[in-house]
Amino acid sequence: MSMPDPRALAGLFSFAKIRRAVSLGFKTLWQHRLRSFLTMLGIVFGVCSVIAMLAVGEGAGYEAQEQIRQLGSQNIILRSVKPSDTERITTTQSRVSSYGLTYADMTRIQDTIPSVTVLAPGRIIRNHVWNATQRVDAEIVGVTPWYTDVRTMNVVSGRFFSPVEMEGHSNVCVITAPVEKRLFPLSPSLGRNVRVGADYYKVIGVMEAESSVGTSQSGNNSATQGTNGGYAPRIYIPLSAAKSRFGETLMRRSSGTFEAERVELHEAVIQVARLEDVEETAQIINSILATEHKQKDYDMVVPLELLRQAERTKQIFNTVLGAIAAISLLVGGIGIMNIMLASVTERTREIGIRRALGAKKRDIVIQFLIETVILAGTGGVIGVIFGVIIPVLISHVAEMVTIVTPWAPALAFSISAFIGVVFGIYPATRAANMDPVEALRHE
Amino acid sequence: MSNQPIVSLQSVTKTYFMGEVTLNALDEVSFDVHEGEYVAIMGPSGCGKSTLLNILGCLDRPTEGKYLLGGRDVSHFDDNALSEMRGSQLGFIFQSYNLIQQLDVLENIEVPLYYQGFNAGESRRMAKEIAARVGLGERLHHKPTELSGGQQQRVGIARALVNNPLVLLADEPTGNLDSSSGAEILTLFDELRSQKKTIIMVTHDPDIGQRSDRIIRLRDGRMEEDVRNVHA
Ligand SMILES: Nc1ncnc2c1ncn2[C@@H]1O[C@H](COP(=O)(O)OP(=O)(O)OP(=O)(O)O)[C@@H](O)[C@H]1O
Ligand SMILES: [Mg+2]
Repeated sequence: MSMPDPRALAGLFSFAKIRRAVSLGFKTLWQHRLRSFLTMLGIVFGVCSVIAMLAVGEGAGYEAQEQIRQLGSQNIILRSVKPSDTERITTTQSRVSSYGLTYADMTRIQDTIPSVTVLAPGRIIRNHVWNATQRVDAEIVGVTPWYTDVRTMNVVSGRFFSPVEMEGHSNVCVITAPVEKRLFPLSPSLGRNVRVGADYYKVIGVMEAESSVGTSQSGNNSATQGTNGGYAPRIYIPLSAAKSRFGETLMRRSSGTFEAERVELHEAVIQVARLEDVEETAQIINSILATEHKQKDYDMVVPLELLRQAERTKQIFNTVLGAIAAISLLVGGIGIMNIMLASVTERTREIGIRRALGAKKRDIVIQFLIETVILAGTGGVIGVIFGVIIPVLISHVAEMVTIVTPWAPALAFSISAFIGVVFGIYPATRAANMDPVEALRHE
Repeated sequence: MSNQPIVSLQSVTKTYFMGEVTLNALDEVSFDVHEGEYVAIMGPSGCGKSTLLNILGCLDRPTEGKYLLGGRDVSHFDDNALSEMRGSQLGFIFQSYNLIQQLDVLENIEVPLYYQGFNAGESRRMAKEIAARVGLGERLHHKPTELSGGQQQRVGIARALVNNPLVLLADEPTGNLDSSSGAEILTLFDELRSQKKTIIMVTHDPDIGQRSDRIIRLRDGRMEEDVRNVHA
C-alpha cells in the first residue's frame, strides 16, 4: 500500500527491464552451452562463408579492375596482330610478311576524330639488352615523349625522355625496375649505358614496371608473364630512335625458321577527352581502320568496356553468392527455430510459473525472442570474426587478393540478427500463448 | 475497510466442455473473504479445489458468475489485465514449490518484482528483506536443487509475499513435505495470519483446517459447508 505505483515504474524502467531480460537470456543459454553452441554453428558458418566468399570475390574483381584501370579508362589501345595463316596474303616474291598499324592510320585518326586528345604510337622490339656481361631478354619499346600522358608510370628515379631527344633520335632510354635489378644489381643505373645490338643507350630514368595486360607484343598476356610476376621487363626509347636503329623489317624466329616481318607500329594508345565519348570513339576508329586494312591485322582493347564487363561479372558473382548465403542463413535460422521450439516445450512449466507471477504474454515473447536473437547474434559475431580472419589466411596461403568491405560483415550480422527475430517469433508466440493453468500442470 | 470483502465470488460456475460431455467443475459457488481471514478449502479429490483456486488466482476465468477481487470485477478481464492482477494483487504458493531452477533464491523471489517493473537495486533490497523474514537469510545464492523441500517452500512463500499481495493463494503447500518441515511451514502461515495477511489455502489435512479461521468444503463442484472455527 505504501509502494509506488508499479505501472508508472514499469514505464520508467522498461529499458532496464530489457537489459535484465538480455542478461537472463545469456544466463539461460549459458546453462545449456553445448546446445547453444551447436545451435549457433549454422549461423556461424553461414555468416562466415558469406563474408569470406564476398571477400574473395571482391579481391578477384579488384585485381582484374586494377589491371584494367592501369590501362587507363579513358584510353583505347590498338595493337598490331599478325593475321592467322588462312587470312594472310602472302607475297610470293618475298618471305616478308607485312601487317599492322601504320603511321598513316595514326594521322587519319588524329585528323578525323576531334575527341582524341593524345595519340601515343609505339614499336615493340624483342631483343637482348646488355650491361657488360649482364643480359636480359626485354621488350624494347619505342614511344613518344607523351607516352607518360596515357600511361600512369611511377618514376623511381630520373625522368622520361623529352621532345628534343625525340627529335634528335637520341640514344637514351628509360628502363623499368625489373630490368634495372637484372642489369645493374649493385649500383644505380642512372647515367650508365645499356647495349642493344650494336647501339648504346644512356639510362636517363627508371620507372616502375607497368601492367602488361593487353600491351605485350605477342598479344598473348601469358607469354610475357612468369618470371617477372606478370610484368614484361621493358625499356623505353624514343620512337624515332627505334625507327632509325632497328628499321621496319624485323627478323623473327618461328618454329625453327627465320621469318621477316614488316610492322610500322606495334601499338597505339589513344586517349579520349571525355569518358562518355570513349565507346563512340572506339567505334569510329574501328570503322576507319576497317576500311584501310583488308585483313584484320590489328586488335582493339577498350579498358572501359573491360571494366564494365568485369563489373557485370562481379555483380553476377555477388548475386549467386547472395543466394547461397541466403540459403545457408535460412538453414541456420531453421536450426535455431527447431531448438527454440524444443526449448519452449521443455520449459513449459517455467512459462506457467512466470505467467502466474505476473508475466504478460508480451514478457514471455520478449524472453524467448531475446534468446533467439542472442543465439543468432552471437553466431553472427563469431561468424563475422572468422569471416574476417579466413580471407586473410586465404590471401596468405593462396596468394590471392581478398578484400573485406566494411558493409559485408555489417550486412551479414544484420541478416543473422534479422533471422533471429524472424525464426524466434514463432517459438516465442507459441510459448506466450500457452494456457497458464495447463503450463503449470505440465510434467 | 473490513466491510468490503477482498474476494467476492458470486454464483461462479466453471464448465469444462469435452466433446459431448460437459462437466461442472464448479457449480454456483458463492462466498466472500475479508481482509485478514485465513480460509481453508477442503474436500475430496476432484471436487474442484484447484479449479476454484485457479479462478481466485486469475489464472482462469469463470464460465458463469462474477468474481470481484479488491472490489474490481475481474471475470471479464483480458489476458493482459489478468496478468497485471496476478502480478500486483496475488501471491501463489504451490505444492511442488514451482521455483525456477536456473535462478538462485534471491532471483526467484525477485521474479514478480521484475514483471512489476521494479529496478534491480530496489527489487534486490525487497527480496533480501522478505527472505530474512521467512528465515532464508543464509542461503540467498543457493539454487533450488541445493535446498531442502522446506527451504524451497520458504522461497515460494517469500516470492508470494514480495509484491505485498491482497491475497495469498496456496494449493496444498505442505503436501510434498515431511511432518516436521510441514509444521514449520504452517507456523509461518500462522505468523502471516497474525500479520493480518489474507490467506486462502487448499488442503486435505483436517488438522491444518483446524488452524484456519474458516473452512469451505466442496463436493462435486458445489459448496457443501462454510464453517468458522472457534479458536481457544
Ligand atoms: N482442463 C480440464 N478439462 C477437463 N476437466 C477438467 C480440467 N481441469 C479439471 N477438470 C476436472 O474438474 C474437476 C475438478 O478438478 P480439480 O483439479 O479442481 O480437483 P481438485 O479438487 O483440485 O482435486 P485434487 O485434490 O486431486 O487436486 C475434476 O473432475 C477434473 O477432472
Ligand atoms: Mg488439486
